[in-house]
Amino acid sequence: MVMNKKPLRSMSPLQETIYRFSQNKVSLIGLAVVLLLIFIIIFGEFISPFENGVKQNIRMRLQGPSAEHWFGTDAYGRDIFTRVLHGTKYTMMIAFPATFIAEVIGIILGACAAFYSRWFDNILMRVLDVFQAIPGQLLALAVVAALGGSLFNLVIAMLIARIPASVRTARSIMLSLVGQEYIDAARSYGSRDYHLIFRHVIPNSLGAMIVSMTINLSAITLQVSSMSYIGLGVSPPTPEWGALLSEAREFIITAPHLIIFPGIAILLTALSFNLVGDGLRDALDPRLRD
Amino acid sequence: MSERKEPILVVNNLKKYFRTKKGLLHAVDDVSFTIDEGRTLGVVGESGCGKSTLGKTIMRLTEPTGGEVFLQGEDIVSMNEGRLRKARLKMQMIFQDPYSSIDPRMSLAQIISDPLKVNRLCSSKNEIDERVDRMMRIVGLAPRLRESYPHELDGGRRQRIGIARALVLDPKFIICDEPVSALDVSIQAQIINILMDLKEEKGLTYIFITHDLSVVKHISDEIAVMYLGQCVEKAPSEELFLNPVHPYTKALLAAIPVPNLSKRHARPTVIKGEVGNPIDPVPGCRFAPRCDYATQKCTGRNPELREVAKGHFVACVLYNGEM
Amino acid sequence: MDTLNNTLLKVENLHVVYKARRETVYAVNGVSFCLKKGETLGLVGETGAGKTTTAYAIMRVLPDRTARIVNGIIEFEGYNLLDVPENLMRHGIRGEKIAIIFQDPMSALNPIMKVGDQIAEALKFHNKEDLSPERIEEQVDRTLELVGIQKERKYDFPHQLSGGMKQRVVIAIALVCEPVLIIADEPTTALDVTIQAQVLAMIDELREKLGTAMILITHDLGIVAQMCDNVAIMYAGEIIEIGSVEDIYSGKMQHPYTAGLFGSLPDLEKKTDRLHPIEGLMPDPTDLPKGCKFNPRCPRCMDICRNVQPEFTVEGTHKVACHLYGSGKGRGIDE
Ligand SMILES: Nc1ncnc2c1ncn2[C@@H]1O[C@H](COP(=O)(O)OP(=O)(O)OP(=O)(O)O)[C@@H](O)[C@H]1O
Ligand SMILES: Nc1ncnc2c1ncn2[C@@H]1O[C@H](COP(=O)(O)OP(=O)(O)OP(=O)(O)O)[C@@H](O)[C@H]1O
Ligand code: SF4
Ligand code: SF4
Ligand SMILES: [Mg+2]
Ligand SMILES: [Mg+2]
Repeated sequence: MVMNKKPLRSMSPLQETIYRFSQNKVSLIGLAVVLLLIFIIIFGEFISPFENGVKQNIRMRLQGPSAEHWFGTDAYGRDIFTRVLHGTKYTMMIAFPATFIAEVIGIILGACAAFYSRWFDNILMRVLDVFQAIPGQLLALAVVAALGGSLFNLVIAMLIARIPASVRTARSIMLSLVGQEYIDAARSYGSRDYHLIFRHVIPNSLGAMIVSMTINLSAITLQVSSMSYIGLGVSPPTPEWGALLSEAREFIITAPHLIIFPGIAILLTALSFNLVGDGLRDALDPRLRD
Repeated sequence: MSERKEPILVVNNLKKYFRTKKGLLHAVDDVSFTIDEGRTLGVVGESGCGKSTLGKTIMRLTEPTGGEVFLQGEDIVSMNEGRLRKARLKMQMIFQDPYSSIDPRMSLAQIISDPLKVNRLCSSKNEIDERVDRMMRIVGLAPRLRESYPHELDGGRRQRIGIARALVLDPKFIICDEPVSALDVSIQAQIINILMDLKEEKGLTYIFITHDLSVVKHISDEIAVMYLGQCVEKAPSEELFLNPVHPYTKALLAAIPVPNLSKRHARPTVIKGEVGNPIDPVPGCRFAPRCDYATQKCTGRNPELREVAKGHFVACVLYNGEM
Repeated sequence: MDTLNNTLLKVENLHVVYKARRETVYAVNGVSFCLKKGETLGLVGETGAGKTTTAYAIMRVLPDRTARIVNGIIEFEGYNLLDVPENLMRHGIRGEKIAIIFQDPMSALNPIMKVGDQIAEALKFHNKEDLSPERIEEQVDRTLELVGIQKERKYDFPHQLSGGMKQRVVIAIALVCEPVLIIADEPTTALDVTIQAQVLAMIDELREKLGTAMILITHDLGIVAQMCDNVAIMYAGEIIEIGSVEDIYSGKMQHPYTAGLFGSLPDLEKKTDRLHPIEGLMPDPTDLPKGCKFNPRCPRCMDICRNVQPEFTVEGTHKVACHLYGSGKGRGIDE
């Protein structure tokens, strides 16, 4: 117990988290990959125009990697590098908003559940029980089957599949916070419930929620890809990663590069989100301080 | 209740029961007292006897199961949310644990100013800053700590933050729930001195909760001894130490290790057994299983608080005058 | 300095540091003391003074990764414990000759094992000649009775016992091998006053019966007055005053820090208006002040105190490390 130790410099909890995160090499690599993904999403068009990824060229079909086509070409002679590059955008366009919205809804419902413990919590938990009796994947499939496989519908499907889990996580985090004495203290000096939620509970839960968000992000990336793989994702010409894998199925033996590169992209993305999440969790864990 | 100088706080038959899996837990069971303005009531008792629950129930941080609490004549128990918030401006609490009672995400200035902000008491940012600065000066926190975060501070400084936060609303009455128990003796003495200075300067009224009898004697005008949710003895502080009556109070006083050699090698009289269990207690003196004087009279009916000397009340059949 | 034959433990110039993240915590800085057979030494100091670290160094249970014993001798029954191989430490000394009672009874017990089994395990571990199960059972019962717990309770799990009873079990485990030295690290800090009185009375009685020596770590000067023969006051990793209880409580030749500790305590006999606390805070153990470590808080600080570390001034059994005393080195130079 170091009670009397002078801090090196005055750091807010946020600054301290950043500092501690930056000390963790593996997570920094993960972060670098995530930043690279974001860069690709924004500047993908300049690296290799989308055109190259949809232009068909039968004479060039199923070529291995070369100087011209880094990742080779597919059955229609399209450049796989470009398709993987732009696939980032489609996969992330589903995964990011789905995760983010799921987390926000989780935080709001979780906070309400933790606060109005008696009745709201009971109702919410029963509703979630019903939802969680069905596996998330199945739920997503059902939604897409019913609504059709557009990007927007996929986001909705992912949301419905992930919300129960994120509400539960948020609720348990917040329940542990509501028991803290500083909440009692804040109430005793006149804070209203929304003060308690927005000033104390949410800011204190944010760290843990961000961790759960990165881990969710990685799970959703995989889930989106697997949906597209079984043909329930975005429609064919769109170069979503899972769709790329799906198209490559017939050529596993003859042209393995078709499956290797999108596969690596998916793995790398999921892995790096996980690494960032782990790093954040360590950086935020007060028990690991010092 | 208004013949003499109006008491600032009147507590009548306050009860707080918790429903637990094993049964009804009587955390605070029928406690009554009054405190006059500017006086300090010390509440002593061992862990789990309901001291914190008493404090929190008076503040209505937990809803009482029964009883009345009047703050300057206003009934706290039946107030609605809005009026309760107003009443709490006059009544504040300093919490037991300087670590968990302070939001770790807020800087020191934010913590101390939060009560002003949520009650919209200040019109300008300047005014808030001024009051925060003044509070920090009063409790002895250096101005350079304004933007520091709690995890950078030791327990003593954190408890000063807790005091500043309670004081910033300029309350009349403060419940101090073991404010020094988690601190080292030298820091403990610093904090006690601050509390006593404030009491004199601002004419504050305290309930001072503690398990440390030597501290409570130093700071209180009157002392209430609690055992398993009930008040077993209440007397002016000098009187209680000179002339303890209840067997439990006597045992408690005998158990204090005094920091001089006078009691050395005189084996202290140790009371047997452990603090009992507050779940579904049967009527009768709750101290009976540990009491050397227990007889049949002690069971069956709760002994009532009786006045044995002026201002000295005891709940024990040995002193109920009927025998 | 003492007649060597009945000296049980001699610690000399012990230095322990913790290396944590580019920082060095100077936790124990040159601690020396002597303990005779059957004697009780009180080790007193506030949080962070280095009491636990000293105890762990003697038991050799400091965390491997961060802690280093930089210097010093720990002589126990004539052996330097710092040279004893870990193997021997584990099977011949720790638990068998020296036992430790930890501050927190909750974390010292295995939550998923019956308390009787935990005592039996300690017994088995330290007995080379195999005891028969009946003998072990018998000894477990005896030990439990010794610490005032009915033997039927041996089938209970720790969570079924109250705090005071758990601490009794921890003490029973410490005593089961009849060690010659017990180190009790704040054995009653987590307990209520009435339970504390019970546990202390019990420790005292057992210690007398078994003739065990004890190092009693505490921050409570009241407990020391009641239990100890000798007292060492620690501040910032050093012993700044050591002597018999009479020396320390007489108030003669008192170290200003000791005086501050006494001044911080409310007096039950006299009504005082204000307490007399020591101003300021403990120094940062990674950046200790030069000279006397207490100088930034000392009301009687002199020039020399900021530069020169005070040596012990000895008067009979009483030793004080302060420039106010002794050859008078410090006196005239007062500002
Ligand atoms: N929210 C709760 N639900 C159920 N039981 C509770 C609750 N809060 C307190 N209790 C119980 O009420 C009793 C009194 O608790 P309280 O915290 O008031 O004791 P205390 O005198 O403040 O003790 P300490 O000295 O340990 O702080 C205890 O037995 C405790 O377990
Ligand atoms: N594992 C560790 N790593 C780094 N520093 C440590 C470690 N353990 C203790 N310290 C530091 O060493 C110093 C001495 O600690 P120690 O635990 O010996 O003090 P103590 O006197 O037992 O205090 P307490 O009364 O709080 O138990 C303190 O400043 C503490 O912060
Ligand atoms: S009422 Fe009876 S049991 Fe209770 S304290 Fe008095 S004598 Fe003891
Ligand atoms: S050596 Fe000096 S600073 Fe240290 S305790 Fe003595 S007088 Fe005070
Ligand atoms: Mg309490
Ligand atoms: Mg310790």
